[in-house]
Amino acid sequence: MTVLQWTATLVGLSFALYIGIAIWSRAHSTSEFYVAGKGVHPLANGMATAADWMSAASFISMAGIISFLGYDGSVYLMGWTGGYVLLALLLAPYLRKFGAFTVPDFVGERYYSQTARVVAVICAIFVSFTYVAGQMRGVGIVFSRFLEIDIVWGVVIGMGIVFFYAVLGGMKGITYTQVAQYCVLIFAYMVPAIFLSMLVTGIPIPQIGLGAADQETGTFLLDRLNGLHQELGFTAYTDGTKSTLDVLAITAALMVGTAGLPHVIIRFYTVPKVRDARISVGWALVFIALLYTAAPAVAVFARTNLLNTVTDQPYAEMPEWFTKWETTGLISYEDHNGDGLIQYVGPEAVDAAGAPVQNELTIDRDIMVLANPEIARLPNWVVGLVAAGGLAAALSTAAGLLLVLSAAISHDLLKRNWRPDISERGELIAARISAGAAVLVAGYLGINPPGFVAEVVAFAFGLAASSFFPVIILGIFSKRLNREGAIAGMLCGITLTAAYIVYFKFVNPAANVAENWWFGISPEGIGSIGMAVNFAVAIVVSRFTPAPPAEAQRLVERIRLPRGAGEAHEISS
Amino acid sequence: MNRPAAGRDHLAYWRRNLRYVGILLAIWALVSYGAGIVFADALDAVRIPGTGFPLGFWFAQQGAIYVFVVLIFVYVFLMNRLDRAFDVDERDEEGAA
Repeated sequence: MTVLQWTATLVGLSFALYIGIAIWSRAHSTSEFYVAGKGVHPLANGMATAADWMSAASFISMAGIISFLGYDGSVYLMGWTGGYVLLALLLAPYLRKFGAFTVPDFVGERYYSQTARVVAVICAIFVSFTYVAGQMRGVGIVFSRFLEIDIVWGVVIGMGIVFFYAVLGGMKGITYTQVAQYCVLIFAYMVPAIFLSMLVTGIPIPQIGLGAADQETGTFLLDRLNGLHQELGFTAYTDGTKSTLDVLAITAALMVGTAGLPHVIIRFYTVPKVRDARISVGWALVFIALLYTAAPAVAVFARTNLLNTVTDQPYAEMPEWFTKWETTGLISYEDHNGDGLIQYVGPEAVDAAGAPVQNELTIDRDIMVLANPEIARLPNWVVGLVAAGGLAAALSTAAGLLLVLSAAISHDLLKRNWRPDISERGELIAARISAGAAVLVAGYLGINPPGFVAEVVAFAFGLAASSFFPVIILGIFSKRLNREGAIAGMLCGITLTAAYIVYFKFVNPAANVAENWWFGISPEGIGSIGMAVNFAVAIVVSRFTPAPPAEAQRLVERIRLPRGAGEAHEISS
Repeated sequence: MNRPAAGRDHLAYWRRNLRYVGILLAIWALVSYGAGIVFADALDAVRIPGTGFPLGFWFAQQGAIYVFVVLIFVYVFLMNRLDRAFDVDERDEEGAA
C-alpha cells in the first residue's frame, strides 16, 4: 500500500473507534456531561489526562523544537511535566474534595462572590480558546500534508468528529475516547522512535539510545551531534543560548501554567475519591513521561538524520519527502552561492578560507516529527500511523478544552448566574448547544490561526499561570485570603501577562529582543512574573480588607480533609 | 468530626501534610531548577559513566522527569498512610455518588 492509502486507512479506523466509543458512552445527566458522573477509574483517568494534556504541540511540534533548540528545548520537557508535581501535591486532591463541576465553581464558592466567579470564567474562556485554536490548526496541518486535503477541509472534518463525541457524550464520552486516543498517540509516537533508535544506535529503547554510541562512527551520538553543530556554525547541541534567568522563568511559567489549566484540573474532578485524585495524577505523569522522555531522543535522531541528508548535498538529488514539504512551503531552499548544493549552516559558519557562509535552507520546526519516518525511510504504515497519532493528540486536547468552554457557559454563566432555576434537562441542552457553538468558534480559529501552534499554546500557559494558579493555591492553603484579594490578584496577573505578550508578539514584534525585555525575561516566561504579581497583590489586598466569612473558612477546613468526598459532592452540586 | 479533640488532630494532620509537601517540593525544585538549569553547566563536566550524557543535560531532558514521577508516588504513599493514622481516610462506601 502507498503512504496515502495507509494513512487514510489508519486515520479512518481510529475515527471509527472514537465514534463507536461516543455512541456507547452517551451522557444522560449534567453530572455525566461535566464530570463523567465522578466514576472514572484513576488509571483510566491518568490515560485520559495524558491525552487531554498532550496536544498537537507535544506530538507534532515539541521534538522538532527541541531538535532545533538543543539544550534550550529542556524548558518544555521540564516545564510541561513538572507542573504535575504541583497538581498532585497542591491542587488535585483538594479540588476533588471540594467536588464541583468547574474551576470557576471553586473560585466562586471559596471567594463567596459572583464577581470572582465571572472573572474566573472569563480567564477560563480566554485560556481555552487560545489553546484550542492551536489544536484545530494541528488537525488541519496533518490532513493537508498526509491526506492531501485542503487545510480548511481538514479542520472541518476534525470539527465534525469532535462535535460528535463532545456534544453527545460530554465528559463521559470525552474521557473514554481520550483513553483510546492515548493508546493511538503513544503507539504512533513510540513506533518510529524505536525504529529510529534501532537504526541510529542499535538500541531499541530511545531513552537509552540518546546516550549511546552511534553505529556508523562509534562515537557517542551527542558528541557527534555537538561536533557537527560546531562545524556548521551552530551552538553545541547540549549547550544553551538563552540566559539562565529566562530559562528559569519560562520553565516556571510552563510548570505553573500546566497546573493552572482548567481542562487539566477538571480531569481530576472525574474520579470517585480524593485518594484516587492523588494517584491519578501519578499515572497521568507516567503516561506523559513515556512520550516526554522519548521526545529528546527523537529530536537528536531527527537532527542527526537531517544534517546527514542535506549538508552539502546537491539540491537536485533530494529525496521525495523534501520536495513534498517544499510544496507546502514548510521547507524552502535558496541557492545563494549558485553551486547547486545545500548549505545548511548556523550564524557563525565560515568556509575553509574563513569567509562567512550564508544559510540556504529554511525548515519549519513543526514538520520534524511528521517528516521523521520519511527522512529515516521507515515503512509506509509508520508514516500513516504518525498521521493518526497527530490527529489523536490534537482532537483529544481540543475535546477537553471544548468541554471547559461549554461548562463555563452553561454551568457557570447560565446556571449559576443568569438562570439559577433552570432544570437539569434544560442545563444539559444548554451544555450541548454551547459545546456545539464552541466547536464552530474553534474551527474558525483553526482556519484563521492567530500564530504558530507552539507560540499560541505558550501564550495560554502564561495566562493560566498568572490567573488561576495563585488564587486556587491561596484558596486552599490560606484561610485569610478573601474575595477582594482574589479578584484583584487575578485581574492584575492576567492583565500584566496579556499586555506583555500582546505587546511583544503582536503590537511591536520588532522590539521582541532580549534588550527590551524586563530583566531579560521573554514573553514565554512572563507568566511567572504575572503569577508572582498575582500572589503579591492578592495577599496585600487581603490584609487591608475584611477577613472572609466563617462559612468560607469552614469550606477551607473541609477541603483539607479527605473524608467525606461523597457527601461534599451532594452538598455542592 | 465535631469532637473538640478532632480540631487539634486536624491541625496536626495539616502540619504533617505541609511538611511532606515542603520536602517533596524542595527536591522538585532541586532537580529541575537546580540540576537542570542553574547548575547544569557545572554538572555537564561530569558524564554518566558508559553513556554520552553530560549530567546537567541529562537532568534537564531526562532525569528531572523521572524524579517528578517518583515524587508523586512517594507523596501518594505518605498521604495514604497519614490519612489512616489520623483516621481521616475515605471509607469504602464513599464516592459511589
